[in-house]
Amino acid sequence: MSDNIKVTINGQEIETQPGRLLIDVADENDIVIPRFCYHKRLSVAASCRMCLVEVERAPKPMPACATQCMDGMVVQTRSQKAIAAQKATMEFLLINHPLDCPICDQGGECELQDVAMGFGDGVSRYTEQKRVVMDKNIGPLIATDFTRCIHCTRCVRFGDEIAGMPELGATGRGEHMEIGTYIEKSIVSELSGNVIDICPVGALTARPSRYTARPWELTRHAGVSAHDCVGSNTWVHTRHNDVIRVVPRENESINESWISDRDRFSYTAIKSEQRLTQPLMRENGDLKPVDWETALNAAAAKLNEAGGSVATLVSPQATLEEHYLAQKLTRALGSSNIDHRLTQVDFSAQQNAPVMPWLGRSLASLETLDAALIVAGSLRYQQPMLSHRLRKAVLKNNAAISSIGHVAGQYNFDMHSELAGSASRVIHDLASIASALAGVSGKALSPRLAKVTADCEVSDQHRAIASSLAKAANVAIIVGTDALPNPQLALLQELCEAIAVAAEATLGYLSVSANSAGACLAGALPHRAAAGVAVDAPGENAGEILSARHKVLLTFAANPLLDAPEAGSLADNNDSIIAISSFDNDFIRRQADLVLPLAAVVESSGSYVNVEGLWQSFNGCVHSRGESRQGWKILAALGQVLCPDEFTYSDSLAVRNELKTLCSDVELHNLCGIQSKAGGLPQADGKIEKVGCSPIYACDDMTRLSAPLQKTPLMQLQSAVIMNRQMAEDAKLLGCDQVQVTQDKGTAVLPLHIDEGVPAGCAWVPSGVDAVRDLSAAYGKIKLEKVS
Amino acid sequence: MLAKINLYLKSFLFLELLKGLSVTGRYFFRRKFTIQYPEQKTPISPRFRGLHALRRYANGEERCIACKLCEAVCPALAITIESEQREDGSRRTTRYDIDLFKCIYCGFCEEACPVDSIVETNVFEYHFENRGENIMTKEKLLEIGDRYEAQLAADKAADAPYR
Repeated sequence: MSDNIKVTINGQEIETQPGRLLIDVADENDIVIPRFCYHKRLSVAASCRMCLVEVERAPKPMPACATQCMDGMVVQTRSQKAIAAQKATMEFLLINHPLDCPICDQGGECELQDVAMGFGDGVSRYTEQKRVVMDKNIGPLIATDFTRCIHCTRCVRFGDEIAGMPELGATGRGEHMEIGTYIEKSIVSELSGNVIDICPVGALTARPSRYTARPWELTRHAGVSAHDCVGSNTWVHTRHNDVIRVVPRENESINESWISDRDRFSYTAIKSEQRLTQPLMRENGDLKPVDWETALNAAAAKLNEAGGSVATLVSPQATLEEHYLAQKLTRALGSSNIDHRLTQVDFSAQQNAPVMPWLGRSLASLETLDAALIVAGSLRYQQPMLSHRLRKAVLKNNAAISSIGHVAGQYNFDMHSELAGSASRVIHDLASIASALAGVSGKALSPRLAKVTADCEVSDQHRAIASSLAKAANVAIIVGTDALPNPQLALLQELCEAIAVAAEATLGYLSVSANSAGACLAGALPHRAAAGVAVDAPGENAGEILSARHKVLLTFAANPLLDAPEAGSLADNNDSIIAISSFDNDFIRRQADLVLPLAAVVESSGSYVNVEGLWQSFNGCVHSRGESRQGWKILAALGQVLCPDEFTYSDSLAVRNELKTLCSDVELHNLCGIQSKAGGLPQADGKIEKVGCSPIYACDDMTRLSAPLQKTPLMQLQSAVIMNRQMAEDAKLLGCDQVQVTQDKGTAVLPLHIDEGVPAGCAWVPSGVDAVRDLSAAYGKIKLEKVS
Repeated sequence: MLAKINLYLKSFLFLELLKGLSVTGRYFFRRKFTIQYPEQKTPISPRFRGLHALRRYANGEERCIACKLCEAVCPALAITIESEQREDGSRRTTRYDIDLFKCIYCGFCEEACPVDSIVETNVFEYHFENRGENIMTKEKLLEIGDRYEAQLAADKAADAPYR
């Protein structure tokens, strides 16, 4: 390029672009400049002064992190002047920093330790008293030791710029400066764990793994997070066959340098006491431990005797290999009753549904959006890293992001417009936007949709959203996972397709859990086999499996009582239930007849398909606990007993390769011409309607059993009935702590929170937590009463 | 001729025998340096590296802070430490094992310890009768520390001027 400039660092001539930061250019050329406050993904503070370098013709040393490159600049990072400046800075920083590295949890991976070794003086001249700062309790995830803080303000800037929640801040000046939460409270952000990584000293460390290991003892294994469709890349740090912690693995196109707290701390569940470590068989009503051979033979015998009356429920968290083998096994037994869509209610449009739900574009491209419409999703709590990308689009591009969902006011960026309401209200809003958009864009709705949407009211807000979508060039319609339990899913999808076509936008469906996209590819569906090939005689879908009679019900990593909205008593419906599960739960204790212990997520090898359609494989990081075995091994072993020739796999890679060959010519489309059977828009259902999906840390058994995550304020808040003040007042519930929720025949007692984000006519009731096990569908009429 | 007479006198008067006996006699009356082990023992340097011990502070609090530097420095991989946060929030070991079969008594653990917790006592007379006794657990090590604390403190004080 012609406008390139030349700078000389330590005698090395480097070509670069004007305006770039000196420290970035040095980093790219492997020239080491010490730093504390500078972080490539945060704004420049230039407060630590550690990166001082000598610039020729500058009167004083300059901070490399805040100095832009200019043509002909000559820089010395190791000249006498630079070294003197660095040494002086280091001495100042160490004045108040305690020198008790042996008891500090950061010891061994501490930037201050490293820089002090590399650039500091060997001897301390300081003999006066050191500053002491009281520790603050900022929640169950982050341990603090603020005496160690060197005021680099990385954590403060992270909160402002990345997490979008300025929860940490600095009070006081000079020696009296303290980092804290102003008033003592826990950190609420769903990305808060990242401050542990960016803190250069031991002021902020991970609480669950506190004092358990030293960095030099840890072995790292590449992992993929298992709780949302983003598929964040992680390093799993293990020691002596024990997972110590999980930290982000940098991947620019997926999770940048961050991971959500859910991905970081969910590992704590694999050590929980509720892990299943040996096969169990029910005898005289009690589950008794048996050996694997007995258990496998019993399972094979049950499946063999069932003669096709078999149904399989697979968790969307299972790996691609497990989904593939589960469907192969079920189909080999002559049944197509297999499903992973545990939360879905409306299956009427499944034949036309996309081969797999996917975003329709890359994750990184979300940053370049000009406008977007989020339909029925709470991205911040369900796919935190995806919400972060949209936040960047708003900050960088001033993107107009609108949302139609069930709860307003969740996002940490400026929304163009937010509409919230019950399940039927969402459909009405979509219909209004579709017809407003038809007016703006001049593309008429299909006659069928025009008839359906004929009597919807179009407000100014609908028109504003429609025009924001029509005006913008780069637009995405993102359908969140709250849409799946919607009883009018088909109509919702039909309307979203219409909006996407009219706005010339990409349509994206977010997949549930880590791998529902993979489940669709692998064929864990009643109507499609692997690679989305339609089956002649579709089997029962998840809803039907839960209510129909079978001789054998096989559940894989699923906990139907909590994962599926209307499970009821499966034991009454099925002659026997074989559960393959990592964790003991109420479903296993009360209903399962045969339990095969499954290796947990980090113990198993496999692959996940993320929302971009990317296949990410990983190896097991530790041995599976006790007698538990990897899922693909259990299914392959069962398969080998039942149909000996078809299940000979040497490793999970062989399963993956078999599926990969099948999927070689799968084409992904999201505009599939879905047509619902709806003749009109749905009517509101009752005076108070339930809206609610699983809270942030109740999306699967692993997060439910993670003690630190369960203690977070975010989880406490979301495990409650949430209503707005007016609603609570009208229902005469204002001021009472506990509320009884009645839905159909089930009841649940939950605390009450007031939040103005929950729309009128609705109450947010969580699903997927133990307290609400007796309630049914995610949406619908409920009754709320005071608990006396 | 004279030499012959000299030789004759020497052998006749048992001069050489007497010379030899005089050495015996001299040593017979000198102070003895043979010691009667085990009743008597040689003096031991304060830097002697014998059986390991974990020390406590005067208030009874164990010194070890689970920094794991001894585990990291041990060339024979004889030390195994597991640690966690104690109820009072301090960093403590839950397991501190030294395998005495692996240990080469190099004293690096003692050198690495920032709080003078792991030390090597001057005890060198010990034996094992059963399999597994070679593993010195935290309890055993602390007990040894308690038993020899006076000696250990004196040794450390004696060596301090040279550090």
